[in-house]
Amino acid sequence: MDQLISLIQAAVIFGTVIMFGCVGEIFTEKAGILNLGVPGIMYLGGISSLAGAFFYEQNAENPNRFMCLLISFLCAFLAAALGGLIFGFLTITLRANQNVTGLTLTIFGSGIANFFGGSLNKLAGGVGQISVPVTSAVYRKAIPGLSGLGFVGKMVFSYGFMVYMIIILAILAQYFLSKSRKGLSLRAIGESPSTADAAGINVTLYKYLAVCIGAGISGLGGLFYVMDYTKGTWANDGSIEKLGWLAVALVIFATWKPKHAIWGAYLFGILYWMYFYVSGLTRSSQELFKMLPYLVTLIVLVITSLRKKREQQPPMSLGTAYFREER
Amino acid sequence: MSKEDNAVREPFMRIAKRGSTSMKRAIGVRLTGIILALIVSALFIYFVTGLDPLAVYGAMFQGAFGGASAAAAARRSWITIRDTMFLLTIAVALAPAFKMRFWNIGAEGQVLMGGIATAGCMIYLGDKLPTGLLLLVMFLSSCISGAVWGLIPAIFKSKWNTNETLFTLMMNYVAMQLTSYCVALWENPFGSNSVGIINQNTMAGWFPAIAGKTYLLNVLITLVITVGMFFYMTKSKHGYEISVVGESQETAKYAGISTKKVIIRTMLISGAICGLAGFMGVAGIDHTISTNTVGGRGFTAIIVAWLAKFNTFTMILISALLVFLNRGAAEIASQFSLNEFASDIISGIILFFILGSEFFCNYKVIFQHKNDQEGK
Repeated sequence: MDQLISLIQAAVIFGTVIMFGCVGEIFTEKAGILNLGVPGIMYLGGISSLAGAFFYEQNAENPNRFMCLLISFLCAFLAAALGGLIFGFLTITLRANQNVTGLTLTIFGSGIANFFGGSLNKLAGGVGQISVPVTSAVYRKAIPGLSGLGFVGKMVFSYGFMVYMIIILAILAQYFLSKSRKGLSLRAIGESPSTADAAGINVTLYKYLAVCIGAGISGLGGLFYVMDYTKGTWANDGSIEKLGWLAVALVIFATWKPKHAIWGAYLFGILYWMYFYVSGLTRSSQELFKMLPYLVTLIVLVITSLRKKREQQPPMSLGTAYFREER
Repeated sequence: MSKEDNAVREPFMRIAKRGSTSMKRAIGVRLTGIILALIVSALFIYFVTGLDPLAVYGAMFQGAFGGASAAAAARRSWITIRDTMFLLTIAVALAPAFKMRFWNIGAEGQVLMGGIATAGCMIYLGDKLPTGLLLLVMFLSSCISGAVWGLIPAIFKSKWNTNETLFTLMMNYVAMQLTSYCVALWENPFGSNSVGIINQNTMAGWFPAIAGKTYLLNVLITLVITVGMFFYMTKSKHGYEISVVGESQETAKYAGISTKKVIIRTMLISGAICGLAGFMGVAGIDHTISTNTVGGRGFTAIIVAWLAKFNTFTMILISALLVFLNRGAAEIASQFSLNEFASDIISGIILFFILGSEFFCNYKVIFQHKNDQEGK
């Protein structure tokens, strides 16, 4: 039982990181933009939140918990949205290729994050290990009372607020995309930008907003990773990058629907950590187990292309730039 | 571009596609882009670290080509050349696929598969086969492994139109886990979690030095492939078919070209050359295998191939530029006790600018107050 609880807990934390990345990317992709810079954006979000919280905690006499939260949250969202803005300017206004620009953004973002992650200490005058205990504690504070309710409390209520926030956000995103007028416009742009343009929708504005807001949400995944997963420290081990690609995989797995991302993310988490709890695995066969999330995604990708159901396909114009004068 | 009635208010500016771009303009625009990027990077270096950017750029040049002695300089230059060739091979491998508009993002995985096959041959056959035969077996098995990894997404793409960008992306991570599996399997010494230098004493399966130059064989292989691919894409019937399929699958159908056949054939070639790059990386450079053997070059190569517009000779320049940045940054990292990830930042900035400058080659911006007679 204890094993099951710790597997579920690990899966939920893991799933939350990639769910942020995934929900943000769904937003972007629904506007017809394939942003392969998700890992870079998550890096940007992670390092900015850490840097913001770090300088605040260093300089404030008595760090206020609410300020810690506000600063790190805003830093993560804005830095990630700025990454999205660079991507958007290049691909929407300058019509650069989305795949190539996205990959460049990943290189750039990981460079920025690991550069500052490694030299933050030096820039601040050598204070030893970078850590932001106060801020990290705010993010990891479990719901008082409820988390003490036996194993249900441990499995469902023992997490920081962002775990619940992303579930609500995913539900809201689902509602926005499938039920609201603006969501319909966004999807129309993703399917056929010229039709949407003819219908009087401001394609450029929508695309910019989708990229920037989407990137901002993805960046919060980096924030959660730094504050909760690694408890407010930094390691240059490239694990955010891996999680970022899993977030892209999750978009496919969820067939571009935020509601499926919710359970998909936890499933990925379980699949990823399963090797830890299956007994009798050698070190080499553990590595084969870690392949599961990717294999499952591949299978989903193949099945959706086989079934050819309209509502499960990628947005029609995904990956192509829109140029009004091109016919 | 406003939505208002054009008769009432003309938009302030509009954008039109250029019919063709002169060579002079194309080079000028890109050079401007690179210079702007270097200025932005210099500002970044100055404001973040307070170091003199010119000294930093000088140190980068030292790191790539210089050294205290002539021997050290030669050694560094060879490493720069070696890394350029590795990146170039992968970029060349991707060129035909991209020209066909098949987004092969899976080079990282295809190279790794080639690397695994090479390392496997070195470990299991190293002391059983004579050198020539061993190298041949390694060559063939690495090409086949890479080709298979490229073939799988191609089959699904041609049969069911499965999105190849996402498919090949996932295949990278499957290959990466396979590599981790093999590393754990072949671990030496036990418990080190790495394969170590394979056949350190016998050097079986290592690329032989030619004329005393350790990496000359790498250079020769890469140049043959680069030139060969140029002619394959521009002069052969296959190359023509690739460009027709890339332009329009409908046209290809009317012209009697079997799209499926072209996709599968091209991805076999693309994957096989990636596998060959893995052969080069393991037998010719690292003499070991790890998940870092390719180290993101599979992704960087995508950028190289795209920016070079599938021209394999232009790829030489772009690969050299990126490798130069990387090697240089490693040097400034140690000289100025900076962090080596600075190179990723500078590469990122330069690539952003080059990507952005493409726009000014392909489009022109027409302002309203100019004489508005010129058409599209």
